[in-house]
Amino acid sequence: MIEVDARGLSCPEPVILTMNAMKKGGSEPIKVTVSNTVARDNICSLAKKRKRTATAQRVGDDFVIEIA
Amino acid sequence: MDFLNSKKGLALVGVLVGLGMALLAFSGNPANMAMCAACFIRDMAGSMKLQTTETVQYFRPEIVGLVVGSFLIALATREYRSTAGSSPMTRFVLGFIMMIGALIFLGCPLRMVLRMAAGDLNAWVGLIGFVLGVATGTFFLKKGYSLGRERDTNKTAGAVLPVLLIIGLCISVFAGVFAVSQAGPGSKHAPVLIALVTALVIGALAQKVRICFAGSVRNIFLMRDFDLMLPIVGLFVVMVVFNLATGGFKLSFDGQPIAHSQHLWNILGLYAVGFGATLAGGCPLRQMTLAGQGSCDAAVTFVGMLIGAAFAHNFGLAGAAASAATAEKAAVLGGPSVAGQIVLVCCIVVLFVIAIVNVRKQKNAA
Repeated sequence: MIEVDARGLSCPEPVILTMNAMKKGGSEPIKVTVSNTVARDNICSLAKKRKRTATAQRVGDDFVIEIA
Repeated sequence: MDFLNSKKGLALVGVLVGLGMALLAFSGNPANMAMCAACFIRDMAGSMKLQTTETVQYFRPEIVGLVVGSFLIALATREYRSTAGSSPMTRFVLGFIMMIGALIFLGCPLRMVLRMAAGDLNAWVGLIGFVLGVATGTFFLKKGYSLGRERDTNKTAGAVLPVLLIIGLCISVFAGVFAVSQAGPGSKHAPVLIALVTALVIGALAQKVRICFAGSVRNIFLMRDFDLMLPIVGLFVVMVVFNLATGGFKLSFDGQPIAHSQHLWNILGLYAVGFGATLAGGCPLRQMTLAGQGSCDAAVTFVGMLIGAAFAHNFGLAGAAASAATAEKAAVLGGPSVAGQIVLVCCIVVLFVIAIVNVRKQKNAA
């Protein structure tokens, strides 16, 4: 499991960090933490485009997306 | 809300925003300027006498509506989050530069699309610069460019800009102390209530579906994602139909309202906007949406744009609109002054400096 902390980063840095993690980890699951819904939605749509499944949930004020 | 972010939803939102634009254009806003983040912030700077060009002074309710619409919907959906601390002064400079670039072209990316939809070929030329600017910004993003993290701050901090704008609008409407143009673009405006309500709706929609002109182009470069283009295409189509129906469509370089045909400067102006917007994480419109949902950093960018607009007009940096000769006046070629050209080139150099010094080592980023 690769963990990416993308909280507080401007658009589109969370997506770039996730893309880098995907490149580095191959098919390894990734857990991304973001602090706003735009980043959450962008990462979910990135996962969909890469044919990976993503589940997002709210944790406090943040969002955790698990990409399998 | 998932529907709104589906492909159909995004296109639908574009159509709704387009209808809002058509309403504003129809209700009296300047030609090909139903709504323009740059021009309207500039008009606000004028109304508060931060600049005193008599033709561009009016406290635009649209700007208030955009920020407050985003603020209210964010509060209602628990997405309001007061944050700050991601290189605010760098963002101030980015806002300033975006405004200089936009006022040399004569429009923010939103107005670029509105002008394109009216057949203004100058805007199509400007689009080249905008796309190149976004591409340059994306290059640095891929290299690891970042302005750092924003962090949670006192809950009330994020509400300051929306509240200030509401107070400003009240002063404008009820006290009448702000300057209002008697002629020129600043004198042309939709009734306050129509402008405010339309902008509130657009602000709320923009918050929900992240309408961003820079982001839509950037996502194509970054991950071949065309989804964010959909709202803009929807908006474009509605405005083409509106312009054709009302006789406002004219495919040409000359005779376009509040525009000029200095191609190089149209390209470079929007290059600065595209580059700056990508470095700031959003176009001028998106900055206002972000400011509404509590980002103090985006609010600082907004202040940068306001001050940039004041400088652009106080020191004659903004592009002049071209006009044909009349009985009283000779024809005006339009475009930026020499001072404007020099400042714009310097601004682009500053953008490169900001981009380069904020690239982090990839090792730490991933």
